[in-house]
Amino acid sequence: MPETLMAMLAELEKVFAAAMKDKKFKEEFNFYLKEYASRPTNLYYAGRLSGYLKTLRVYLKREDLLHTGAHKINNTLGQILVAKRMGKKRIIAETGAGQHGVATATAAALFGLKCDIYMGEEDIRRQALNVYRMKLMGSSVIPVKTGSKTLKDAMNEAIRDWVTNVADTFYIIGSVAGPHPYPLMVREFQAVIGREARRQFLKKENKLPDYLVACVGGGSNAMGLFHAFFNDKNVKMIGVEAAGKGLYSGKHSAPLAIGETGVLHGSKSSLLQTKDGQIRIAHSVAAGLDYPGVGPEHAYYKKIGRAQYESVTDAIAIGGLKLLSRTEGIIPALETAHAIGYLEKLAKKVKKKSSVILCLSGRGDKDMNEIKEFI
Amino acid sequence: MDNRIDKKFQQLKREKRKAFIPFITAGYPSLKATEKLVLALEQNGADIVEIGIPFSDPLADGPTIQDASFQSLKKGITLNQIFDCVLKVRKTSNIPIALMTYYNPVFHFGEKKFITKAKQCGVDGLIIPDLPPEEALPLRKYAKRQKIATIFFLSPTTTMERMKKIVKASTGFIYFVSIAGVTGARKTLPQALLSKVKKAKNMTSKPVCVGFGVSTSNHVKEIARVADGVIVGSAIIKEMKKSLHSKNMVNKVGRFVRTLSCGLKIK
Repeated sequence: MPETLMAMLAELEKVFAAAMKDKKFKEEFNFYLKEYASRPTNLYYAGRLSGYLKTLRVYLKREDLLHTGAHKINNTLGQILVAKRMGKKRIIAETGAGQHGVATATAAALFGLKCDIYMGEEDIRRQALNVYRMKLMGSSVIPVKTGSKTLKDAMNEAIRDWVTNVADTFYIIGSVAGPHPYPLMVREFQAVIGREARRQFLKKENKLPDYLVACVGGGSNAMGLFHAFFNDKNVKMIGVEAAGKGLYSGKHSAPLAIGETGVLHGSKSSLLQTKDGQIRIAHSVAAGLDYPGVGPEHAYYKKIGRAQYESVTDAIAIGGLKLLSRTEGIIPALETAHAIGYLEKLAKKVKKKSSVILCLSGRGDKDMNEIKEFI
Repeated sequence: MDNRIDKKFQQLKREKRKAFIPFITAGYPSLKATEKLVLALEQNGADIVEIGIPFSDPLADGPTIQDASFQSLKKGITLNQIFDCVLKVRKTSNIPIALMTYYNPVFHFGEKKFITKAKQCGVDGLIIPDLPPEEALPLRKYAKRQKIATIFFLSPTTTMERMKKIVKASTGFIYFVSIAGVTGARKTLPQALLSKVKKAKNMTSKPVCVGFGVSTSNHVKEIARVADGVIVGSAIIKEMKKSLHSKNMVNKVGRFVRTLSCGLKIK
């Protein structure tokens, strides 16, 4: 990270650590999660989907039922409370699919803070509905026309803004990526997903699940689900990345599958890069998975073997979207559909009937225009 | 350490002059042009030249250098080609050269390998805007062994405590970023700049050079009153853009640079 940000990052680390120990902070955060965002979210047994898959008993963790329709709000509510604690008057954010942008605009409106959101021009086109929502809530959406005009470029622009306006501006990063303490902070705010799911599953089944499955772009919903189960050694974790047009097509977003270690946006993790260390452009039908990197904690989980990382193509993800829509009447986001698409593969792999908690990270209304072409 | 950068600052001290340090992006508009430009910069008052390695995600750069990097990368420029370019320059010039690059290309190449190759080609210093000194311990060790300067940054937001650490870790010179912001020529420089530079100078006998936003000979003269050197990047690239593909580009840029550097010659 540039020197200009180092003092801010050091301060943020201290403020966050203090907030985590502060009972009042936790109470305030829980209040908004419950009263405003609608937590806890249900853990729903998907009977028809499980019947179709035969060997898997699938429970859906319904983050799609949260206010704004995705898990992103858990994080923006937490971070905006930190911003308030630091006395910041202005918020900036980057966004890919727009869900994090919407969740940030939502929090900014709720707390009356000025908000500017950077979004790649290409993503603005793909997710127009989300752009309208952000603007309606009073945020400005600033189109990013450099580079690939998607998420990584939006993040670059947000960082440039932050370097320039560091005194009065708080940067709300949407995933478990970026400079320390962001990967830690975002994980802590999303960890409510896994804590609830664990409690709920134990109550329903009196034991722990065999598998946890979640889609991985930056990795926030997956880390949110996985974290609470870290010490439950028999619970297997599977993160599903976007293989786009295929892992060897050059058009995908699967750094854990075939990337290499590198440093992007302040953290060392797996990256899609050229042999000269230039960052490659990621591709996926799901705008929210279009990040050529991944949160460093996922790279760590892979390294120590705590989680396995797979990937599915655009076509399989779309198949997953249709499958859930038709078997359960739930239309998932294209990002989430990657996790569902993987279930068919998993169903064939397992040796005995197994239980799965799948993180339903978001709803698919935002994707209806993109999907029209594929139905 | 005593590489070309150290020797240059020793010479400048004797002559009671300040350093003029221009920056250009390698491969913009072509590697041949870069080679010619470095020599033209030397002839027009440059004491040290910074050569920027283009990167796909230059988060500390404004639109001018972002564009230069993008154009250069579009042509397929590689690290090895840039090293070769430096080697070619070294055939006729002894001017101190510092490479400015983001961290990932160095990490990917291999820190030790990068330093060794840089030394072989005649590079004297390394500037990495997104690598803070506390993350650079192995790099600093290799660089010291190979007598390559590792130039770190101070910024207007750096605390006094942190300043001490950065000043200690830097060799060659210390890069003082004039503004909280990204690169890009500005009309005016911030008020408190000179007093902040003085504070940094009070902490160390190492040379402190100011960059980011410097675009006119007045800026250069003002900064030279307190700092040991002045760095100019975007303003030069902007000048290049005016006649980018013309035969005269290098000469025109040389003349522009002379108007900036001549302010430092009188003492």
